[in-house]
Amino acid sequence: MLGYVVRRIAWLAPTLFGVSLVTFFFVHWMPGDPAEILAGEHASPTLIAEIRHELRLDRPLPEQYVRYLGDVARGDLGRSAKTHEDVRDEIRRYFPATAELALAAMTIAIAIGVPAGLVAARRPGGWVDATATSIASVGVSMPVFWLGLLLMYALAVHWPILPVSGRGFAASEIESRTGLVVLDALLARDFSAAAESARHLVLPALVLGTVPMAVLARMTRSSVVEALGQDYVRTARAKGLRESTVLLRHAARNGILPTLTVAGLQFGALLGGAILTETIFAWPGVGRWIVLAVEARDVRVLQAGVLLIALSFALVNLLTDVLYAALDPRIKLR
Amino acid sequence: MNQGTPSRPALRLRRVFSRLWQRPSSRLGLVLLAVFVALAAVGPQLPLEDPVAQNLPARLQAPSAAHWLGTDEFGRDVFARLLHGTRVSLAVGFVAVGIGVVFGGLVGLATGYFGGWVDGVGMRAMDILLAFPGVLLAVVVVAILGPSLSNAMIAVGVVGVPHYARIVRASVLTVRALPFVETERALGSPEGRILFRTILPHCLPPLLVQSSLGLATAILDAAGLSFLGLGAQPPTPEWGAMLGHGREYVIHAPWILIAPGAAILLTVLGFNLVGDALRDALDPRLSSSFRTESPRARSVAGSPSKELA
Repeated sequence: MLGYVVRRIAWLAPTLFGVSLVTFFFVHWMPGDPAEILAGEHASPTLIAEIRHELRLDRPLPEQYVRYLGDVARGDLGRSAKTHEDVRDEIRRYFPATAELALAAMTIAIAIGVPAGLVAARRPGGWVDATATSIASVGVSMPVFWLGLLLMYALAVHWPILPVSGRGFAASEIESRTGLVVLDALLARDFSAAAESARHLVLPALVLGTVPMAVLARMTRSSVVEALGQDYVRTARAKGLRESTVLLRHAARNGILPTLTVAGLQFGALLGGAILTETIFAWPGVGRWIVLAVEARDVRVLQAGVLLIALSFALVNLLTDVLYAALDPRIKLR
Repeated sequence: MNQGTPSRPALRLRRVFSRLWQRPSSRLGLVLLAVFVALAAVGPQLPLEDPVAQNLPARLQAPSAAHWLGTDEFGRDVFARLLHGTRVSLAVGFVAVGIGVVFGGLVGLATGYFGGWVDGVGMRAMDILLAFPGVLLAVVVVAILGPSLSNAMIAVGVVGVPHYARIVRASVLTVRALPFVETERALGSPEGRILFRTILPHCLPPLLVQSSLGLATAILDAAGLSFLGLGAQPPTPEWGAMLGHGREYVIHAPWILIAPGAAILLTVLGFNLVGDALRDALDPRLSSSFRTESPRARSVAGSPSKELA
């Protein structure tokens, strides 16, 4: 088991190296001179030359890359061209917002998707199954930006019960410990702030959770249906166990493992893929940060942001695989 | 071959089609796709208003007999733009998937057949592409190439490449060791012939399944890019872009938003339903009642970039 974990981590290194290389060249290939953009509109040629020198854009490309790697290894991510802020500080601000949103979305997705899949699996082909499967098919095909706009319209115009934009006042007023505002507010025992931030979280999390919810429901259904056809389930039934016990203790326990893997993959994707949801709900997260950096040709932010997302994606996938291996007794990893 | 006796591939196709038609879900999918393909084919010929010409006095009108789905912020008929957009969205999907299938397929064939360092280098490259969540990769590619509809197609196509490569490689690996391939090699057939005439046809069923599901995600992803302003540029009537520009009018003119989003949903649903059924019909290894491989491979097979959220 330990050997497997070590090997998986070792395998991560060349991938991340490749990611850094690709990211570096992606940014290099982007049109426009970062130094000119950084210098502003009416900058003198000397200023631009100075900035070029500072960004090492006047050095040969391989040297630029090697020194960039050195900077990253030392934890120096440079400054944003737009805000002139240390990129690390920006990450500290934007990443927790995305993590909070992704966690909330995943919680909703699991809380609804997995039970829905279980209920559907009880009688494959029955009307409950047909209904759940149809809803899941629609969910998988849902353009989330459209769903977000529809909910915004419904909630902003007809039933104004939930806020439709931003993170709420607590995000800026509560002392940040974890960066997850709801949690921070609870830690500070400010329950009205916690409720306020939770209310801001509901709508974006629901929209972001829609697709994973549908994917999880489908996955749970199909793996539990498969498990219900196994010999050990027949044995359990033959022993006279109640059907709910058979379903939950015997079939679901085994059928849940693939669901776990899919949940991990989906969560990893949400960490970097919430661009559309964050845009619609003005949620100050990493996805939005990166899109704005693309528009502003903010080189350092782009390099750091893309690397950060690839790293968190890889780590979540690694964790998922390790968890899967740990939970499934059939897998013996040396 | 006698007249009236269809050839083998045609027979197989007919059998697959009849299986798709038997399942209510895939029948719905086929009907949806037929409707949208028909709209894409005849829509622009219908006597509709010009989808791009502005008519400011008629802006933001609610649905009426004159404008079935109302007008947008430039007074353009939403229904006309919706119909013209059908062609755009389907084209985007097919081109993007085409890019993914061709490049991913070539990588998969080469890595699976030649093995060794070709496999090592090729699959590491694919791993690196897979290390980026799909949307992010697409956004970065568009940032390099510049925002436009054709670049959005390329970006969405690139996102699909590693998924097709993996699927083709897996099929090549199973076929390569079979006796009839050995025989051909022993008979001295050129490698190109073995690869493309003998091995490739065996890779097609899983590739077809993946392409159908891939069309769904490609259309969704491309619409997402256009929504962000990174794909189709004004005044092109594209569904995602219609939503992106109509966003500001969500409170006062919601009719601008309802139809384009519903069109995206139904098209994507059509491809997903057909793709799921094709998977069960063509590829028993991937069907839900016959799960043998890891859930990771399954989720990858089922969803190239469902992370577009």
